[in-house]
Amino acid sequence: MKILTSNYITCAVKACKSSTLSFPLHFQDAELVQEEVDFNAEFIVGILPRIEWDALIVTAAELGFTNLPAQKPEPTEEAPLGEQVLKDLHKLLLETQVTEGKLVCGNCQHIYNIHQGIANFLLPNHLV
Amino acid sequence: MPLLPTPDTRHVDFDKIYEPSEDSYLLLDTLSSDSETKFLHDRFPAQTASPVVLEVGTGSGVVLSFLTTNSTAIFGHDSILTLGIDVSMPANLATRETVSRNNPRGFYLDSLTGNLTTPLRDGSVDMLVFNPPYVPTAELPILPGEEDEDTGRELDLLALTYAGGPDGMVTTDRLLDMLERVLSEDRGVAYVLLCAQNKPEAVAERLRLGGYGEKGVRWKVEKVGTSGKKAGWEVLGIWRIWR
Repeated sequence: MKILTSNYITCAVKACKSSTLSFPLHFQDAELVQEEVDFNAEFIVGILPRIEWDALIVTAAELGFTNLPAQKPEPTEEAPLGEQVLKDLHKLLLETQVTEGKLVCGNCQHIYNIHQGIANFLLPNHLV
Repeated sequence: MPLLPTPDTRHVDFDKIYEPSEDSYLLLDTLSSDSETKFLHDRFPAQTASPVVLEVGTGSGVVLSFLTTNSTAIFGHDSILTLGIDVSMPANLATRETVSRNNPRGFYLDSLTGNLTTPLRDGSVDMLVFNPPYVPTAELPILPGEEDEDTGRELDLLALTYAGGPDGMVTTDRLLDMLERVLSEDRGVAYVLLCAQNKPEAVAERLRLGGYGEKGVRWKVEKVGTSGKKAGWEVLGIWRIWR
């Protein structure tokens, strides 16, 4: 599972949707793999508005990436983003994958397993 | 628009996974039609925030792969993020393989194992595509649960791909209830396939009147693709649902 994906998912338990603790889910025992993707600066600029930055900072720090700016970059024509920031984001968001591990809800503590890079959000019957 | 290539799915095991059929091809034709490419070009212009495109129930991945491969023709640019979800792990592995074999241009994020849109964050999806289990049946097959990962309980995964319960609408109704939560406020749009036995006109009217979900959003609804004309009846239709 790619790190960018973790920015779009939350706990599957309905009662957790209203809790701020259910997002982002927290990685545990994550095995990371880097898979090369062609770098495209425009593409990174396009996905910035679709990212919840505070959640990304939390996720990144949990996985050992601590070089993200504290505030979401707001590139303009006069002040475009520096190449290094774009490359850091590219590496973290698109190239870093979790192949095995767990995602844990900070509200209900439910654990979602990741196998072969695919996270399983099916719930046990008593939680559906 | 010139005919766009249909993704190659020859590697998929169709004993476990739904084989691309008339309904899948109707989705491909509709999403690449002049009316829908115009709608999607206008809705998600280049140089604006990249849309997150979610397909629910990807099966072989033929539809998600089609969108990812043909993003330039369909959206006018390749800055799209595609994501699949299916209750079946074999379908998710197949979808990942299908996308990677068919020269993706847009960016394929992942496939997730899950029940409809339950793990998606509120407002995170800009475009949703759903080819549901729409065939009317007496009851729904058992859905896989988390336990099945360990027990290896034999489930009828193929029945899950088509059996829709009474009116064929049990699963689709649940998905339509979720739209108001998961689709982005400003740009969200869904494409849902319905068959004649689903009473599609009544479903559309209920959507327009705010009869789905808790907030009761009054959706715009339009039929944008049809196939399988039988004695003057359109058997399958693609419905565009948007704010």
